[in-house]
Amino acid sequence: MKILVAVKRVIDYAVKVRVKPNKSGVETSNVKMSMNPFCEIALEEALRIRESGAAKEVVAVTVGPAQCADTLRTALAMGADRAVHVDAGAAPVLPLSVAKILRALVQVEQPGLLILGKQAIDDDCNQTGQMVAGLLKWPQGTFASKVVLDKEKQVATVEREVDGGLETLCLDLPAVITTDLRLNQPRYATLPNIMKAKSKVIKKVTPEELNVEIKSDLEVVQVTEPPKRKAGVIISSVDELIDKLKNEVVSCNILNCK
Amino acid sequence: MHRLLCFFPSKSNPLKNPISPFRNLPIFRTENPTRSPLRPATGFGLHPSVPTPPNRSPLSRFHLVSTNLSSLIHSTGGTRRFSGESGGREALHYDVVIVGAGPAGLSAAIRLKQLCRARNTDLSVCVLEKGSEVGAHIISGNVFEPRALDELIPCWRDEGAPIEVPVSHDKFWLLTENRALSLPSPFDNKGNYVISLSQLVRWMATKAEELGVEIYPGFAASEILYDEDDKVVGVATNDMGVAKDGSKKETFQRGVELKGHITLLAEGCRGSLSEKIIRDYKLRDKGQGQHQTYAIGIKEVWEIEEGKHVPGTVLHTVGWPLDMKTYGGSFLYHMNNRQISIGLVIALNYRNPYLSPFDEFQKLKHHPAIKSLLEGGSVLQYGARTLNEGGFQSIPNPVFPGGAIIGCSAGYINVPKIKGTHTAMKSGMLAAEAAFNVLDGGAQMEMYWDSLKRSWIWEELYRSRNYRPAFEYGLIPGLAFSALERYVFRGRLPLTLKHGKPDHEATDIAGVHTPIQYPRPDGRVSFDVPTSLYRSNTNHEHDQPAHLRLRDPTIPERVNLPLYAGPESRYCPARVYEYVPDEKHGMKLHINAQNCLHCKACDVKDPKQNIEWTVPEGGGGPGYTIT
Repeated sequence: MKILVAVKRVIDYAVKVRVKPNKSGVETSNVKMSMNPFCEIALEEALRIRESGAAKEVVAVTVGPAQCADTLRTALAMGADRAVHVDAGAAPVLPLSVAKILRALVQVEQPGLLILGKQAIDDDCNQTGQMVAGLLKWPQGTFASKVVLDKEKQVATVEREVDGGLETLCLDLPAVITTDLRLNQPRYATLPNIMKAKSKVIKKVTPEELNVEIKSDLEVVQVTEPPKRKAGVIISSVDELIDKLKNEVVSCNILNCK
Repeated sequence: MHRLLCFFPSKSNPLKNPISPFRNLPIFRTENPTRSPLRPATGFGLHPSVPTPPNRSPLSRFHLVSTNLSSLIHSTGGTRRFSGESGGREALHYDVVIVGAGPAGLSAAIRLKQLCRARNTDLSVCVLEKGSEVGAHIISGNVFEPRALDELIPCWRDEGAPIEVPVSHDKFWLLTENRALSLPSPFDNKGNYVISLSQLVRWMATKAEELGVEIYPGFAASEILYDEDDKVVGVATNDMGVAKDGSKKETFQRGVELKGHITLLAEGCRGSLSEKIIRDYKLRDKGQGQHQTYAIGIKEVWEIEEGKHVPGTVLHTVGWPLDMKTYGGSFLYHMNNRQISIGLVIALNYRNPYLSPFDEFQKLKHHPAIKSLLEGGSVLQYGARTLNEGGFQSIPNPVFPGGAIIGCSAGYINVPKIKGTHTAMKSGMLAAEAAFNVLDGGAQMEMYWDSLKRSWIWEELYRSRNYRPAFEYGLIPGLAFSALERYVFRGRLPLTLKHGKPDHEATDIAGVHTPIQYPRPDGRVSFDVPTSLYRSNTNHEHDQPAHLRLRDPTIPERVNLPLYAGPESRYCPARVYEYVPDEKHGMKLHINAQNCLHCKACDVKDPKQNIEWTVPEGGGGPGYTIT
């Protein structure tokens, strides 16, 4: 069985993010980029499934500009067997387009499992996995915190973290799984593996070759910083509180009243 | 880890002289097993080979020990490990291994590959960088003198180098609390550029990779590898995935050995491996003889309002907020994109243990002349680093058996000019030329030391050797002497002034000083440490052993706190060191190693030299991009 892992190149999680002065987006020049942490977890899970013998090959795929090849090299260094780079140009590609591209790739690669991170830390969309599953008409196990594969029955048992607690689903393969934080601890890419990954071939594809049209139905109008949190005010009497409630405050948090 | 404390000399055979398995020696060095004619290819080795840091848990030692037959016989105590492959580490071989992807390291790498191309040969060159990406640990003023870059990459202007803002104005102010007195500028920055060194280094890395240099960020060289003749044969990276208590996590990865015929150490000021090498091979005595002196630089990059920004403006100040006895000054450089670099440099031989360089910097920003510039702007990045100020008198002999030290790890900053990038790059280039002749022609590495002495680095540092030591006599005598040196003597005085006491010995005891009351940060121009740290993009894997080691864990509470009022809680620009009340009686030192900016101030300034800065897991530390 083949596992397809979709990864995304995002701003590194430790970087302090800044809005561009013209408010059209977030500053991405001179900023460290790395693989989305949830995608690392997805890749780690795919590698563990392969190491347990339930799968033969792990293929990493990413959609993005030329620099995304670095992310794929990291994936190869962690242990992926092959990598595919879908070069969609410099403009950010929205989840629906990514989902269509992944559907096209799935039809080419025919994997038994498609694993993605639950969301990317730059847009926090949490949409791609679900959309791909819908387009492919495959079962989906999202927010996975535990995945157990049964090779003979071709079934994946996925424990999901949902608002109410943990939900266990049984999915017939092929299926889509999106990974949550507590699924595993991704491995370090060792120096020898990084060296070997440098010489591995990354297959380049364009959306046109996959017959996918990337059009964006959404236009980002403005990006602003959230308003700065104002300091709390200590109120000295009930009258002052009533006065403030009537005249100033739209919503309030009454914590301490003398 | 001082080699003299290694239990037995390199050539003895432990099988003949079995050590008591219960002896527990904390400090060892690693040997290269494959070079010994006595050592079989596999199975147990005959030499002790333990890259164990002192606080490793016995569990991890046992695990590695038990994989080896001879170790079962000899060391249940666990600190000594016999190995066939150096404790199970993979070894990669290169012609040249360079530690540190900074200006010096990358210049050396680029020069090596250029020489290879010119002579139609090839050498494998590997550069290790402990930062998560190239440039992540690079922070500097920086007014760049392109002299060395012109020699290295003559057509840098056409190759997209991020050197775009020529110096347009050179200003020098003497500050008092409320006034700024304009003095004639002692600097001549015509032909120089205001840059972000982090950006320049990233560009240099792309050039190096184009030439075939292998650069590996995210890997920290934590250990020197020796052969049985005490020659350096390479470095080893530290193990990753070790938990705080020393046990192995599920992501544990053993470190890797990088063996090189030549090893170049380019770790920057007070490099951890370089300091060890300098001590072990006594390189200071073999060089110019004096100890190294240091300063700490704290810097922020601001984005200011359009009308206030004049690209290419270079401003230096002396005086307030520092007193007459403390050497230092501030800088303010206008880059492009409305960005400015502002910082304060304070020599680490300051006397008052209550001084906090971070708070002095916040004070500086409130000076009326500076505050007016910053108001309405926002801080983009913050960072700090020590720099060397010893100059000519402190240059060590940078050559050791098996390699050399280049860049600020040796110390080539021209202090009166406040520039060290060009000399660091040139030293890297000279070392590369020497290394190439060693590998390709059978020369000796000592030719690096000779070529250094014949180069413009030497001449430049010789002419500027007396400026800094003159300030031992105070600010005014220092300034007066500097004026004399600059306009009259120009370095031709037949004497060479000596440095004062080493920085860590210069601290007075707290009793003779009064605590300094620093104003609270206002959140607009001055900030507290957590806010500033957040802007440095610092991050470390939190579950790892603390990389700041105390040689004697009782000294902070016995000496630092009572005698010096715990200066480490003040000079550390990341507030790694905190004295917190403990259950029993007084205060206890708490180390927040995760905050560390890798500045090395604690390694320099600790009065008893008790704090040893060692390198944490690779990929951690600050994330500088525009500093």
